Amino acid sequence: MSDALVELLQHLVNGLSVGTIYALIALGYTMVYGVLKLINFAHGDVYMVGAYAGFYLADLLTPGGRAAGDGAAGAMLRALVVTAGAMAICGLLGYLIERLAYRPLRGQARITSLITAIGVSFLLEYGFQLQPWGFMPIPFPPGPSPRFFPELVRRADWSLGGVSISNYDVIGLAVALALMLGLQFVVFRTRFGTAMRAVSFDPQVAGLMGIPVNRIISWTFVLGSALAAAAAILNAVPRPQINPLFGLMPGLKAFVAAVLGGIGSVPGAMVGGLVLGLAEEFVAAYTLSSLKDAIAFTVLILVLLFRPEGLFGRVTVEKV
Amino acid sequence: MTAAPLLEVRDLRVRYGAIEALRGVSLEVPAGQVVALIGANGAGKSTTLRAVSRMIPLAAGAVALAGEDVTRLASHQLVARGMAHAPEGRGIFLNLTVRENLELGAYLRTDRDGIAADAAESDALFPILAERRDQVAGTLSGGEQQMLAVARALMSRPRLLLLDEPSLGLAPQVVEKIFSVLRQVNERGVALLLVEQNAHKALQLAHRAYVLETGQIVMSGTGRELLQSPEVRKAYLGE
Repeated sequence: MSDALVELLQHLVNGLSVGTIYALIALGYTMVYGVLKLINFAHGDVYMVGAYAGFYLADLLTPGGRAAGDGAAGAMLRALVVTAGAMAICGLLGYLIERLAYRPLRGQARITSLITAIGVSFLLEYGFQLQPWGFMPIPFPPGPSPRFFPELVRRADWSLGGVSISNYDVIGLAVALALMLGLQFVVFRTRFGTAMRAVSFDPQVAGLMGIPVNRIISWTFVLGSALAAAAAILNAVPRPQINPLFGLMPGLKAFVAAVLGGIGSVPGAMVGGLVLGLAEEFVAAYTLSSLKDAIAFTVLILVLLFRPEGLFGRVTVEKV
Repeated sequence: MTAAPLLEVRDLRVRYGAIEALRGVSLEVPAGQVVALIGANGAGKSTTLRAVSRMIPLAAGAVALAGEDVTRLASHQLVARGMAHAPEGRGIFLNLTVRENLELGAYLRTDRDGIAADAAESDALFPILAERRDQVAGTLSGGEQQMLAVARALMSRPRLLLLDEPSLGLAPQVVEKIFSVLRQVNERGVALLLVEQNAHKALQLAHRAYVLETGQIVMSGTGRELLQSPEVRKAYLGE
């Protein structure tokens, strides 16, 4: 293969790897927006909490790092337990955020919930920067200095015709795709998903169908937050430095991805995340790498100017 | 002693900010009967239905369903107790297919055979919906959407069906169709609480009727009595 082609494919791999992370986070934004018409600005911080949840779980499972004689199967099992555990913890966190912060404000002006979301975001960002409390069995909160996420699975690099791919890329893509397909199934093929789409269209009428609207909203937060946790683990394994503010940028970019796809649209969030990840990678590779962060916000401005409903935005059909 | 009416509404009050939209509405729907609520625009007819099915909060008053006080329950809990509401503007989920809309009508039911039987019955009542089952509801005409609203409400197998302006904006043949279905539904024992602008049609179908004016009941009687009452004929039947 020519060098230019190898380089192109390499950027494609890297872009997809980042794009799936954005897509998984964007799904949480878009689902919550779908049912509540609320931009949950604390979502990026739920992602951060997911990384720390994985960090502590890995530490509890194998104190001091990799256990002696830890085989590949054992490592995989541990990675699975850590990921599932972090998803469960973030699911619970998402539930609590909705129950305690947003639900009491339901029915108030929308700006009230939006400001509250920013408040929850600050609470998590700065709460996690406190020094550890003595009475906790684990050193929690973690404090402001960065931590290194443990290597859950040993890294292996392969070269395919010059394109270097690691097992992290492969696992990350596979897990992210499986989660997205799973979510797609839940939203479009199950009773819960139909109820969720009904709540998204009109919560009052959904109640008239016998749908317990509050429970559907709670589960939407649980699902979205669990996906953010999965994204955090997938991201923290290859890029292991984590700190209490590191959810900020991915959170904002995933929000842009959700807007690009059409906020409220589940397939839109997936496509938006992938497009944004690829756009960042290619812009950084072929123009100036310092433009990497600017591209997301350029995309946001362009979408808002020229196609505010996003790629997959719902065109409202209303008959009188 | 007679049994409690299926629906009993006592002294219902609803506020929209400073405006008192309902100023103490009391009414009853006996089991298996059709009760019509007529009145001018803004009299509070839709508000009454929305308050009864808890789409909006009550300022005061009480609602009892088959003798049970349900004032504090949420919409979805009323469905479980046999109340269905086809709301103003039809409330169709335009982003879902006809089939999904009907499935949501049966959301709380678990009897697969019963649901299938009711779906077949609905197909027989509204063949046009059966034809369009996999279409997104947003592509239906207004009349088809109204049929879907009624069909969907029936999928919960209600004892009481609240209907808000089922004839609004529809062609005369469609109105005939809807009312003939409502008559059949009532003949099977489902009680109806019907809000209508089309007072003539509503009073013909109704066993009892109430006239609402500015948030209060000003008159009540059998459908026949109101059809013959000079005040009603003048104010609502255009004579």
